Amino acid sequence: MRIKKHPILGSLEKKKEVNIVVDGKMLKAIEGEPIASALMANKIITFRKTRITKEPRGYFCGIGLCTDCMMIVNGVPNVRTCITPVTKGMKIETQTV
Amino acid sequence: MLTTDVVVVGGGSAGLAAAIESSKAGAEVLLIDENARPGGQLFKQIHKFFGSRRHYAGIRGFEIGRRLLEEAHKNEVEIKLNTIIFGILGNKIGIVEDKTHAKWLKAKTIIFSCGASEKLISFPGWTLPGVMGAGAAQTIINLHRVLPGSRFLMIGSGNVGLVVSYQILQAGAEVVAIIEALPKIGGYGIHASKIRRAGVQIAVSHTIKEAYGKDKVEAVTIGALDKNMNLVPGSEKRFKVDVICLAVGLKPNIELPLMAGCETMFLANLGGQVPIHDENMETTVEGIYVAGDCAGIEEVSTAIESGRLAGIAVAEKLGYLTKNEAYDVKVNLREVLDELRGGPFGMQRKYAKQQLIRRAAHLKGV
Amino acid sequence: MEKGLETTGIPSMEELEKTPGFPSSKRLMEGPVAVIECLQEIPCDPCETACPLGAIEVGKPITNLPELDEDKCTGCGICIPLCPGLAIFVIDYTYSEDEALVTFPYEFLPLPEEDSLVNATDRSGRPLTKGRIVKVLARKQFDRTVVVSIAVLKKYAQRVRGIVLNRGKGE
Repeated sequence: MRIKKHPILGSLEKKKEVNIVVDGKMLKAIEGEPIASALMANKIITFRKTRITKEPRGYFCGIGLCTDCMMIVNGVPNVRTCITPVTKGMKIETQTV
Repeated sequence: MLTTDVVVVGGGSAGLAAAIESSKAGAEVLLIDENARPGGQLFKQIHKFFGSRRHYAGIRGFEIGRRLLEEAHKNEVEIKLNTIIFGILGNKIGIVEDKTHAKWLKAKTIIFSCGASEKLISFPGWTLPGVMGAGAAQTIINLHRVLPGSRFLMIGSGNVGLVVSYQILQAGAEVVAIIEALPKIGGYGIHASKIRRAGVQIAVSHTIKEAYGKDKVEAVTIGALDKNMNLVPGSEKRFKVDVICLAVGLKPNIELPLMAGCETMFLANLGGQVPIHDENMETTVEGIYVAGDCAGIEEVSTAIESGRLAGIAVAEKLGYLTKNEAYDVKVNLREVLDELRGGPFGMQRKYAKQQLIRRAAHLKGV
Repeated sequence: MEKGLETTGIPSMEELEKTPGFPSSKRLMEGPVAVIECLQEIPCDPCETACPLGAIEVGKPITNLPELDEDKCTGCGICIPLCPGLAIFVIDYTYSEDEALVTFPYEFLPLPEEDSLVNATDRSGRPLTKGRIVKVLARKQFDRTVVVSIAVLKKYAQRVRGIVLNRGKGE
């Protein structure tokens, strides 16, 4: 959920919106925000399934250290979504291997 | 190969302060940061800071970041962002620029101000999406303005746990409780009081037992701890949450100092393994300095002052300041640091820092 | 559960009365005065220069507790938004015959409306009594900390420390 009003940060500024495709679904994101932020703004919390036991994983450290939030971005696997900015038309897929 | 007087690694509060001081004294300074923007963790800090007026007390963190950056630009500090260090060999630093171009830099001196990372605890269900570091939640909420959920449980009542809880409320979500394993609240009483006034309960001597959920966190069980830190049978309570934040401490990022050969020692009151440094912030490797949380977990005010101290010491080492010129400034900075490490909260850190300095003196044979 | 700031986050009356920033009951009855609920020695001193009358002293070392000179303090409240810990309040027992005015810092949305009746909450965020919002002061120099005054019955003045609007409460 986006935080539209905030007592300290003020109202959410209008920023450039772009479309991204997440597992085949078209979603709105803000250009330049981390992929993880765009996903959570769209209420997507589960980003990945582990390779062998298929356990769910998501946003965890937020600074590119833990690699829990990895996804396939524009065909490239193992992309850390918490530190990779959104670009127009980006194709994002859940990684299960 | 490019040779620089000073390479500062990490552009948070300590790194910026160090770069500013060295540059002011006339040294050529290159500041490297792996992130897309400088300022470290300052820009997600939206509360007013404590400290003295000379440490920007009463000013919100993001504004301190803005002022430090402005000062760095004014003093012609060169800032290289999106740059990762892959190796350190003597005075050579291997970097990767923009994730693609690798090259070597040569530095006469290095200041590591690489900050800290969050410590974790594990419990059944801790890998479920929705369990995250409190700092990670703070980043996504305050910097990117996205709430990862609506009902939060905070684990840990140190200043990070208390401050982030308050900021979760400010963003419009609910904090169901703050739990603390120790029998005492870890952070400042005033932070605890303001989160209590906002209606959030703080349960000391409580721990998390398990997080539940299929694809993400849906519920949690907490329980009371006895004097021996064992769960009190029958004390468990289960309730619905969708985010569990871990605020159980920070540890210095010492990977790069280790790579450079700096010796470390374990000091619990500074967050764990800490590079040994002398009273000039110089490590056991000549010409390599540390500052800020990388040199032991403290506060923003101490990070800034220790950065300044390292910056001055480096400028002196390189001959940009005479011994006399540097002396008064350094004495003053050390006095300020000493004062900031006063009181019941600072005392333990003061002793730990003294231990580091004594160890450095011993190793250097002073 | 044990009482007190360290275990609950709520300072007890005994702890408050020992604090050098807490005014005497005699002074409280005489008119508006600052109530500084700062109980731990932490490195912080903006309150000292916040007061134009020099009624708050921290001195050296910076970890000293702020000391209130209750004779110099007029209860103007300028220190309220300038305390980074949001630990300063102003109480005016002379506000009206049966009401006292409690002024506190506020950093949430929505802001209360002047003249509205709201739940006045105690130091644990629990509703204690109904109060009337008398003033909502937002100034640029307060840097987004809003100063709110609420009129409550006198007997509640020493316990009311804020309001909780439109937000969920812990279990």
